[in-house]
Amino acid sequence: MNIALLLEMAAEAAPYRIGLVCDGKSWTYGDLLAAARGAFELIELSGAEYVALLDESSEAAVIALFGAALAGVPYCPLNYRLADADLSALLGRIAPALVIGDEERITRLGGDQGHTIYTREMFTLKAQESWAEGEEREYDTGEGVAVQLFTSGTTAAPKAAILRHSNLLGYILGTVEFSAADEADAALVVVPPYHIAGISALLSSIYALRRIVVLPAFSPEDWLGLVDGEKITNAFVVPTMLGRIIDAVDKGAKADVSSLRAMAYGGGKMPLEVIQKALSYFPGTGFTNAYGLTETSSTIALLGPDDHREALASSDPKIRARLTSLGKAIPTVEIDIRDEDGRALPQGEAGEIYVRGEQVSGEYKGGSALDAEGWFPTRDAGYIDEDGYIFLSGRADDVIVRGGENISPGEIENLLLANPAIADACAVAIPSVEWGEGIGLALVVREGHEQPSKDEIRQLIRARLRSSRLPDKIIFVKELPYNEMGKLLRREVRFKFESLV
Amino acid sequence: MKPGTRLKSAACDTEVIVIRCSKGSIECGGRSMGEAKRSEAVMPSADHANGTLMGKRYVDADGQYELLCVKPGRGSLSVDGVPLNTKDAKPLPASD
Repeated sequence: MNIALLLEMAAEAAPYRIGLVCDGKSWTYGDLLAAARGAFELIELSGAEYVALLDESSEAAVIALFGAALAGVPYCPLNYRLADADLSALLGRIAPALVIGDEERITRLGGDQGHTIYTREMFTLKAQESWAEGEEREYDTGEGVAVQLFTSGTTAAPKAAILRHSNLLGYILGTVEFSAADEADAALVVVPPYHIAGISALLSSIYALRRIVVLPAFSPEDWLGLVDGEKITNAFVVPTMLGRIIDAVDKGAKADVSSLRAMAYGGGKMPLEVIQKALSYFPGTGFTNAYGLTETSSTIALLGPDDHREALASSDPKIRARLTSLGKAIPTVEIDIRDEDGRALPQGEAGEIYVRGEQVSGEYKGGSALDAEGWFPTRDAGYIDEDGYIFLSGRADDVIVRGGENISPGEIENLLLANPAIADACAVAIPSVEWGEGIGLALVVREGHEQPSKDEIRQLIRARLRSSRLPDKIIFVKELPYNEMGKLLRREVRFKFESLV
Repeated sequence: MKPGTRLKSAACDTEVIVIRCSKGSIECGGRSMGEAKRSEAVMPSADHANGTLMGKRYVDADGQYELLCVKPGRGSLSVDGVPLNTKDAKPLPASD
């Protein structure tokens, strides 16, 4: 089965309904399918083995995604924010490809790699011209790879994660009801196309027949303006975006957001302060925390709107804490917590999060990370409480092993973040002759507060945590390094400590 | 028959994609479905004429069969004469 089925069904059921709006131009489901079929012709003609996109979100992402699917070659959106050298290496790994986007940059970085290069405008135009109503073609049956995404590489060099047609269809057919949206519904898509959430947003909106409104480059003012102007009903944001939207509202930005029924977020840790404010600034909106990974075709667990409101209103600390939880596994996947040897842990104990299900690919170019029973080790650490809510404690790779004791950085960071003088905190492993690994603690002082002394910080930790959690080295920095999706780059924090030695 | 196969009705416009199946005969409008287009028009039999709905998934009681309707028609779906029912999953909040 081919993911193109999703667009074919939309075009069959509602050919003249608007499926996508970008830069003021509207595309019906019929238009999008015709262009995807035209893109198939361009791809066949080029002999490309991949279709890559080096561009912000637009109609070209939909046309390229489904055109590649029809042609049976992987669609590989690339992160245009990467440095030239990194991007050139990635382009080399997918040559020969049909590459759409920043023509000057693609030519400069991969002009000698055998690619076929189009600007967004040229690709969209040619795709529309290349297929005529009634033309019959043998399209790919969808047995293979639909999407290849390079992981963000916060801990190592980017890996090529592979999503098969069966994974993505398993996710969409299992979680989205066909044609579930009202004709007036609209989803605001602002996640970049190279992020899994950007891909699943396109697939699920098209299958639900929910009009997609694309905001190619995020700014809180444009986002609020579009919600108001286009009467947006659904939106997905990463935590940094929600933080900036809240800041903008705090600074007086005005917009009518009453149409916004559902707002989902994910892709990084949501600060408690931000979600609490968001719940009060958007009283009519249902919030959903969606937890998922590239390797799992997006969402595998969610904390729904009722959970959010119940947690906010509760005086029970256990229920309030659910605002920081990932929620529960969706019905179509199983989630387990295991120890370092892969043995299932009793409920309540912290270990590594494992997941199994049709949507879980767990596959990279050159090998699968699934175990013999089909379970995928996420490398995320967490635990499940007695009511089934999953809590994340960090990346398994981020655990600090100090003198044989496993220390989750989140434990120390959360304690310090509760202190008004600390705006941000990051604990990482640093080399220690005595302990194997020691704790390095990088802190950002909140504006308007005095910088606490290192002794005061140690006192704070000693009062609440075991002595093994005391940092071996403390530094104060202006800000912590995050990638554009709001992921803390712990590797870079480790480099900071290394450069001090 | 294998998952992913597209089947066409011999009695109406219905087309389905097989999500899950076993060895029984998959029918629409009381007639066996096939991969080829129907050659002549036949009416759905009266007791298999409730119609199919676009995008609905149809399942049997044992969970051995699951069909996704990708083109609706006037016939209704059955396996070895036993009608299939729509699968009504509890809707999840939109998460992306």
